[in-house]
Parts: sequence; C-alpha cells; structure tokens
Amino acid sequence: MRVQAPFGRRRVAVTGVDDVGAYRVVHAADPDGPVPWPGQFYMLASEERWGAGEDERPYVPRALSFLGAVDGALSFMFENVGPGTRRLCELAPGDGLWILGPLGNGFEMPPAGPRAILVGGGVGVPPLSAWAEVLTAHGVAHTALLGFRDERHAAGAALLANAVVATDDGSVGHHGLVTALLAAELDRDAAAVVYSCGPPAMLEAVRAMCDIRAVPAQLALEAGMACGFGACFGCVVAVRDGGYARVCVDGPVLDAAQLDVVPVHA
Amino acid sequence: MTNSGAAPRAGGGPAVELCGIELAHPIVNGSGTFDAIAARCAFGDALLDAFPFSAFVSKTITLAPRAGNPPPRLWEAQSGLINSIGLPNRGLAGYLEHDLPRLAQLPVPLITNVMGSTAGEVAQLVEAIDVRDEVAAIELNVSCPNVETGLDIGADPESLGALLRVVRPLTSKVLIVKLTPNTADVAAVAQAAEAEGADAVSLVNTLRATALAPDCGGGAWLGGVTGGLSGPAIRTVALAQVAGVARRVRIPVVGMGGVAHGKHAQDLLDAGAHIVAVGTENFRDPCAGTRIASELKSLQIAGTR
Repeated sequence: MRVQAPFGRRRVAVTGVDDVGAYRVVHAADPDGPVPWPGQFYMLASEERWGAGEDERPYVPRALSFLGAVDGALSFMFENVGPGTRRLCELAPGDGLWILGPLGNGFEMPPAGPRAILVGGGVGVPPLSAWAEVLTAHGVAHTALLGFRDERHAAGAALLANAVVATDDGSVGHHGLVTALLAAELDRDAAAVVYSCGPPAMLEAVRAMCDIRAVPAQLALEAGMACGFGACFGCVVAVRDGGYARVCVDGPVLDAAQLDVVPVHA
Repeated sequence: MTNSGAAPRAGGGPAVELCGIELAHPIVNGSGTFDAIAARCAFGDALLDAFPFSAFVSKTITLAPRAGNPPPRLWEAQSGLINSIGLPNRGLAGYLEHDLPRLAQLPVPLITNVMGSTAGEVAQLVEAIDVRDEVAAIELNVSCPNVETGLDIGADPESLGALLRVVRPLTSKVLIVKLTPNTADVAAVAQAAEAEGADAVSLVNTLRATALAPDCGGGAWLGGVTGGLSGPAIRTVALAQVAGVARRVRIPVVGMGGVAHGKHAQDLLDAGAHIVAVGTENFRDPCAGTRIASELKSLQIAGTR
C-alpha cells in the first residue's frame, strides 16, 4: 500500500519533543502533507547543522518510518546511534525539519480470518504502532509482541497499546528474545499473519520461524539510503528470485517469501 | 543574452542549446542519479508537471542485464557519498522494451547513457539506440575496464580514440563522452574524444574511493570494495578538471561535480562548461534541479544589471 508523496522536500516545524525511555520522539506540523500509510517512511534532515558539523556528517537525509500521523501532525522516534540520529535527537520546538515523503510501500491488510501478530524490536516499534492504530480502526484483531535490550528501552512499549514485552536482561516482561513470545503465540494458534519490524537479526529470526510454519509475514526492512525514492540504488536487498530489490521503492515492507534471508546490512 | 522571438519557456533558467538540442535551462541530471520511472511511482504526475531537468540522462545501459554489486553499496563520507552500485540495469533489450517508452513520456529531451567492455559491445548499443527517435543524444560511459588491458577505456586517449573510430560512424545522434576523472591527463582524453568526432564531453564522473568497515579490522565496507566519491567533497576537483578540459577542446563541456546551489553551477559555467549536471544533490532533494536552475537564473540576472 502506497500513498504518493508531494514532489520535492518540504520544510516543516518541530512542535514538540518527548523522551520515551532511551528514545526521543519528535513531533512536527505537516498540515499540507498527505496522510501516510503505516510502514511508509520519510527522508529527514534538520534545517540547520546538517552537514558541515563535526566530521562533516550527516550529509544525506535519514530514512525513518513515521510513528504517528494525526490531523497534520507527524511524529518520529529516534535513538541516538550515529551522526544523523544524534542531530535529529537534538531537534527542539521551533526548529526546521526537511521532510520528503511519505515514501515506499507500507503494510498490506490481512485477509479476513487470521489474526494479526505484530512483532517488533527497539527502533522497529514506530511502524507497528502506526499499523496497530489502523488495524484497530478496521476492526482487525491483533496482538503485539515487542523486544527490547533493557528497561530503559522497554519504555518504548508504551507507544503500542497492550504490547507483551520481552527484554534481553529480563528487567521487564519475558526474559529472552521476542521470537520466543512469537513461537508461543504460533504454537497456541498458527492462523495468523505476522507483521514485523526491528533489527536485522530479529527480522531474520521472525522470517525463518514464519517460513518453517508457513505463516505469511510482512517485514518492514531497514536500510541506509541516500535518496529514498529509487534514484541511488544504494539500499538493495537480495531477493529470492534473483537480483536485488530496492528497499525504498520495492519496500520497505516486503513479503517474507521474497527473501531467502534478511541480511545484516539490509 | 536574449531569446528574442522564442516562446516563453518553462523552467527556472535561461534557455540554451547543446549541439542543436534545445534546452529550457542549463541544468540536467548526471547519469545514474535520478530514476524518473521510480520517481513517477513515488510522486505521481507532479514529477512531469515540474520536471527538474532540461534533459534527462538515463542511467548506464549495458548489453546484458546487470544486477549490480552486492550490498553494502553506500558510505556517507565527509560532505559526500561513496557509491559502489555496479550499474544495475535491465540490459539493452529491457531498456528498449520497458524503460524507453516510459522515459519518452518525460517532457524533456532524452539522453541515453551506454557502456560496453569492448568496442563491439558499444557498437551494438549505439546502433540500437541510434534508430530510436525518442532519444536525442547518446552518452558513452567510458569508465569501464578494457577487457584486454584491464585499464579503463576512458583513462587513455588512444583506447578512447580507437573506440570512437568504431562507434562514431554508427550514429548521427549527438554523441557525448562521459570522461573519467581517474586518470593522469583528463584533458588529453577529452582532446582524443574531440579529434575522433565526439560532439561533447561531460565530466566529472565519480572519484575512485573506498571506506573501511567500522570495527572490522581493516576490511572494506563496500560490497564492491571500491566505489566512487561524489557530492560537495569533489566540487573543487571537478571545477579544476572542467576548467582544464574546457581550455583544451572546442566542443561543449557538460560540467558536473558537487553542484548543490546555483552558485556552484555558475562557477562551472565560468570555468568553461556549456551546461551543468546535478548529481548527488538530487538524492537530498528530488527538486534540486529546479531550485539550482532558478538560483542560477537569479545570479545571471543580477550579474547583467
């Protein structure tokens, strides 16, 4: 499912920031932008100090799925892991933000019948949070399973109602991997469609588990991108029928059956 | 500079021509930096209504389809980007059947970029494009290793001259040679292109570069090991190469390298370029071509007052 973007990047204003555990949520006003579909993403760059900073990075914009989109207000969630996300975490109300989007293909509605299971980890929460809202609005029953490193990161579970949580260190919820929660869910009832977003290793575990059990899965992939609209061919992932798919225009949501493996560098 | 008698033009800058091809303004795209088919999917027909370039240069087409290099393909460098994409494309037959009808819907002249590893391959590509009325010009990507010598065809005046002696007679279309900056004397290669009948040269292509994987003991980050550096990081190098080439040839020069603002385009024009291509800046903003053409026009109006 794709909503087309206006042609060209647009400057929007940051209206607020929240800390959610280890994450920063940034809100921006995009009154003229289209309503995006969950799983779609935007290319983001701060108006000031993008480039020419320490080490002259960031330079290209960063690709981020949206967390929320209500009444012309967009929100994004960042974890400070590099020069781009560091700068985005420094945004303050009133700052300018360049956005291009919504871009890419989002999630597809499940067929009538099976329930939806949303499986996420870490910064993979935002598209699932947005998807849960749409599923709820469409009356589709769903369960959310989220994995985090520790208690500070697990605060991100608040962004998705009624999520079952696993943590690596056992500080919150199940002690272990979120895929253990998924296995238990599928053992209980395998009639499901899985929607997943998270670190590559987690996505690969979800893909492999769904493959073995013949459970359909849609995976929202992450990839370093320079453009986000198919121009640079930099964000490719190897696909099962040979060659490469561009995560930005063929994804970021791909049917798990298209992939033999979710690569670490996807 | 006036355009008396001509109809008002769309686009942000003054009208120009390249070897008889009329262009609404002096800004085109660099090959491989804009996929108009994917962009139309992302942005819809708004792309056609506000097409950012006065001509569209295709990505490089090869005889056989290519999947491209294994990922990772990108590395963000200091004020620039290293890419190791590997020229993925549908191949000549796929281009003619799938891409060309779609590109023909663009509201600007079309320049098809081709590459082959032998003169025979390039000849097949040029002959096939030559008969297509949708294409206004052919650009030769000569940043390709010669299968016999292993050296880039475009790195050596003699091998480039030999290639052009084969392919120049095969087309009456405008023939542009895209020069590689990864050679000792770019201007000598440009002179060889002019001597063997090229209508124009374009430069610079990306500068060979590499990046090491973080925390990986010195291994290469890029799947293709080396890539090409582009963006503001190469702007000053491009300016010097364009100026050097423009001094030594009479044919038009398409200048490019790190252009992100109309001022950078004006600098290349001042250095002797006839028109200017925008590359990596398109990744940061798909409308960059329109903005840069508009900034260039403002500078030129201010300069003539």
